[in-house]
Amino acid sequence: MSTPMIRRQRRTAGLLLGPYFVLACLVTLAPLVYAAWLSLFSDRSSGLGFGGVEHVFVGLGNYLRALGDSTFRAGFVTVAAYMCLYVPVLVVASLALALLLDSGLAWARKAMQAALFLPHAVPGLIAALIWLYLYTPGLSPVIGWLGGLGDNGGPANTAPLVSVINIAVWQWLGYNVVIFYAALQAVPREVVEAAAVDGAKTWQIAVRIKAPLIRSAVTMAALFTAIGGVQLFTEPKILDQASASITSTWTPNMFLQSAAFDRNDFGLAAAASILLALVAGGASFFVMRLGRRGEA
Amino acid sequence: MTQPTVAWTRVSRPTSAAVLGAQSGPGQTAPMERPKDRPNRGRTRPAWLSRSVINVVLLIAVAYALLPQVWLVMASTKDLHDLFGTNGFAPGAGFNLDENLRYLFQAQDGIYLRWLGNTVLYAGGGALAASLLCVMAGYAFDKLEVPGREALFGLVLVGVMIPSTALALPTYLLASKVGLANTFLGVFIPGLVFPFGVYLARIFSAAYVPDAVIGASRVDGAGEMRTFWSVAFPMMRPGFVTILLFQFTAIWNSFFLPLIMLSDTRLYPVNLGLYVWNTTAMSQGRPEDYLLAITGSLVAIVPLILLFLTLQRFWRAGMTAGAID
Repeated sequence: MSTPMIRRQRRTAGLLLGPYFVLACLVTLAPLVYAAWLSLFSDRSSGLGFGGVEHVFVGLGNYLRALGDSTFRAGFVTVAAYMCLYVPVLVVASLALALLLDSGLAWARKAMQAALFLPHAVPGLIAALIWLYLYTPGLSPVIGWLGGLGDNGGPANTAPLVSVINIAVWQWLGYNVVIFYAALQAVPREVVEAAAVDGAKTWQIAVRIKAPLIRSAVTMAALFTAIGGVQLFTEPKILDQASASITSTWTPNMFLQSAAFDRNDFGLAAAASILLALVAGGASFFVMRLGRRGEA
Repeated sequence: MTQPTVAWTRVSRPTSAAVLGAQSGPGQTAPMERPKDRPNRGRTRPAWLSRSVINVVLLIAVAYALLPQVWLVMASTKDLHDLFGTNGFAPGAGFNLDENLRYLFQAQDGIYLRWLGNTVLYAGGGALAASLLCVMAGYAFDKLEVPGREALFGLVLVGVMIPSTALALPTYLLASKVGLANTFLGVFIPGLVFPFGVYLARIFSAAYVPDAVIGASRVDGAGEMRTFWSVAFPMMRPGFVTILLFQFTAIWNSFFLPLIMLSDTRLYPVNLGLYVWNTTAMSQGRPEDYLLAITGSLVAIVPLILLFLTLQRFWRAGMTAGAID
C-alpha cells in the first residue's frame, strides 16, 4: 500500500533526516565504539625496556583497573555528595523565589526575573573565574565581611564542595525560577481565590496549593539538575588552581583527563570514559522514565 | 551543566480536596514581636509588612545574582595595585579600563580578537548549522511518513541521554586517530549534533505548522521539499531561533572538549584562552595576566548578556516547550 504521495514523503523524509543521523553516528556512536575498542588494549613496555611499547589486548583489564582505582571511585562519591546537597538547595531556593514572585506582592516581577536569569548568560568557565577571585583572600571584597572564611586560603580550600555548589547555584537559580514562575502562571486563579475565601493565608496558598500543583515541573527540574551534576568538571577544574583540597582526579571527568594526559594511559582513560557514559546514560534513562510517569 | 532542562508546565487538575485541604492553620509568628495589646495578634500581619519582607528576600536574591557581575565590571577598571588594594564592589583610585582594554587587545599580537573570532565561528556557525539540521529532522518526524518513526525518534532520545562531557574524551581519541585532533574541525563538528534540538523542533513543528496548511500546499502541487522550505520553515522560524540560542550557549560554554582537543593557541575559543591566562597569573608569577583574564571575561560576556536580554522571548519558548502538547 504505498501511494506515490507516501513514496514522495518517504524520499523527502530521508533527505531531511539523513544529514542529522549521519552526523550523529560520526559524533556520538563512532567515538563511543572506538573508545570501547581502545579500552580493551593496554600499552606495556615489553621485555627489559628494549622492545619499546607493545599494544596488548587485555580484555576487561582496564575496566577492573578503573573500578579498582580508589581515586576514580572517590570521584563518583564526590559527585554523589555534590548532588545530594546541590539538587535540594537549588530546587528549594528557586521554588521559594518563584512563589514569592507569584505572591502578588512582589515589585517589578519582570525586572527581578531578568536580573535573576542574568548569571545564566555568563559562560560556566567565566562564572567559575569570577567566583574564584571572590573566594581569594586579598582579592575578595566579601571574605573580609564574613570573618573566618578567609583563613587557610579561603573557602575553595577549606570547603571545596560548598564553593563548587555555590557557583552552580549562582548559574542555575534564575533559570529554574523562570521555569517555575511560568508553571505557576498556569495554576487556575479561581482555585487560589477559593482558598483565600476559605481563609487560607498567602503562605499557606503558596506551600499547600500552588507548590503541589506544579509538582511535575519541580520534579523534572530536580532530575535534569541531577543529570547535569554527573558532568561536574569546569568549576572544580578552575578552583583546583587555588585549592589544595581539590585534587586533579576530584571528579570522574577530571580523572579521565588526568589518566589520558598526565599518565598517557589511554586504555584506562577510554575504559573510565565508557563507564562514565554508562552511569550518566543510565541516570538519564532513569530520569526520562520518571518524567514520563510524572506525565501520565 | 550543559544540558537544558525541559519544563513540564502542565498543571495537575486541582481537586476540591486540594482546596478544602487548605484549612487555615495557626497564624505564622511575625518576625517582629508585636506589643501584646494589639487586637490582630495571631491573625494577619499588616499587608505592608509581608509585602516588604517578600521584596527584601527577593532583592537579596537579585543582589546575589548581580554583585559578582558588578565586581567584574569594577575589577576591569582597575590597575593591578587597585585590584588588590581597594574594595571589589567600589571603583578604584584611578580609572584604568581604557588601559586594560588596550593591554587586552595587544597582548600576544592581538590573540584575544582571534579567540573571539574563533568563538563566533565555533558557536555561531556551529549552532546555525546544528539548528538547521534539527528543524529539518523535527519537521520530518512531525509531518512526513517516516518508516519506523518512533524507533528512530527513540535513537534521538538516546542521544539526549548521553552527556556531552562523557563523549569528550572518546571524541578526542577518535579525532586523533583520523588526524582531526588540534584542528578547527575537531571542535566544530561535535557541535553540529544537538539531539535535544530535534526533540524541541518536533514539538515546535506540531505547535506552529497546522496540518491543513501542509495539505493545502500539497493540493496546490508544491513538492514536499518546496512545501518544507517555503511554507513550513518560515512558520517554524521562532522555534529555529530558540534552538539556535540553546545550542549557541552550549557551544560557548563547552570547555572540556576544546581543552583536550586543542594545543595550538591560535585555534582556542575565548574560554580556553581565559583559562590559560588565569593559570599563568595564578601559578606562573605573571600577576599582570589577572588583568587580561578579568578584562577578557568582561568583554566576552557583554555581548552574551545583551543577546539574552533582547531575546528573552525565545528563551522562554525553549524552557517551557514541554507545556505544548
